[in-house]
Amino acid sequence: MAYSEQEILTGLAEIVSEETGLPTDSVSPEKSFTDDLDIDSLSMMTIVTLAEEKFSVRIPDDEVKNLTTVGDAVSYINGAQG
Amino acid sequence: MGLLDGKKLLVTGVLTDSSIAFHVARLAQSEGAEVVLTSFGRQMRLTQAIAKRLPEPAPVVELDATSSEDLEALADRVREHTGHLDGVVHSIGFAPQSVMGGNFLAGEWPDVATAVQVSAFSLKALTVAAQPLMVRGSAVVGLTFDARYAWPVYDWMGVAKAAFESTARYLARDLGPEGIRVNLVSAGPVRTTAAKSIPGFEAMEGGWPERAPLGWDVRDPEPTARAVAALLSDWFPATTGEIVHVDGGFHAMGL
Ligand SMILES: NC(=O)c1ccc[n+]([C@@H]2O[C@H](COP(=O)([O-])OP(=O)(O)OC[C@H]3O[C@@H](n4cnc5c(N)ncnc54)[C@H](O)[C@@H]3O)[C@@H](O)[C@H]2O)c1
Repeated sequence: MAYSEQEILTGLAEIVSEETGLPTDSVSPEKSFTDDLDIDSLSMMTIVTLAEEKFSVRIPDDEVKNLTTVGDAVSYINGAQG
Repeated sequence: MGLLDGKKLLVTGVLTDSSIAFHVARLAQSEGAEVVLTSFGRQMRLTQAIAKRLPEPAPVVELDATSSEDLEALADRVREHTGHLDGVVHSIGFAPQSVMGGNFLAGEWPDVATAVQVSAFSLKALTVAAQPLMVRGSAVVGLTFDARYAWPVYDWMGVAKAAFESTARYLARDLGPEGIRVNLVSAGPVRTTAAKSIPGFEAMEGGWPERAPLGWDVRDPEPTARAVAALLSDWFPATTGEIVHVDGGFHAMGL
């Protein structure tokens, strides 16, 4: 039962919003986690871990640094689904 | 029968599933122990998520080891989950970036003081806070990085570890009569969040696998976690104030 890209974006936006207090609609695919959403490394680790739980995927540490934008994360999670 | 059957343990320092403490908690549970974790502040949500990845989901209580309020409340917070403790794991370390990474001579006292408080004094603070719950035969185990030497980039964290090792010996002296053992595991470099936050950490990893007679895998926290579990067990009943090296034998080689 794979999630669609849209479902992943919605779920990820909720996780980001809970962690940062930003409104979910500000978490759009083109936004950079660090530059636009001001997310530090602890928040990023938390978001990644909660996303792993929610979508039942693994996002290795070495991969996390390649996830610059929300869209990058959505496509990684989409591709990583079993 | 597990090595830690029926033991109740308080394990600090689980941040991610790379944390040494995560592997200690995982092994301890699989050896029959019940585990309560601690975390604090903004890290709490991450620890809570990671706690669900243990063989048994573990409760997490709030403890900033520098907060006197948290320290005073610790025993009561732990009592919500267990009536006593047979072991406490100290897996806490922090130093501001300004005092690591090759800036030893530029280190300023306020940042050095933070490193020493969080990484060394916290062993005393945690132990005393948990003492009301500790029974005879219980054990405190902490994690160090061999503080007899000056290392690349470790800088004031290394000084804090020297204080930490000394603190363990004094605790061993004062808690021996209560039947509480205090020992440390001196681990080789392991790629955790704390390690990766040290600018230039690769300089410390460099050469370790080659020089250690048993070899060394910086990605494998298991040997370190096993030694912690062993020291928490009843199999070191007359050992306290000790530092066990889990470094592939690196410390014993001259070259
Ligand atoms: N990774 C290594 O190479 C290595 C080698 C030898 C010893 N150690 C020691 O192992 C221990 C665990 O570190 P790790 O490598 O697993 O990294 P880690 O980043 O996973 O763990 C460090 C922990 O310290 C905790 N911490 C920091 N400040 C705190 C505070 N004020 N109150 C309570 N907790 C606090 C953090 O929450 C975190 O869980 C540390 O003492 C470290 O110095 C690590």
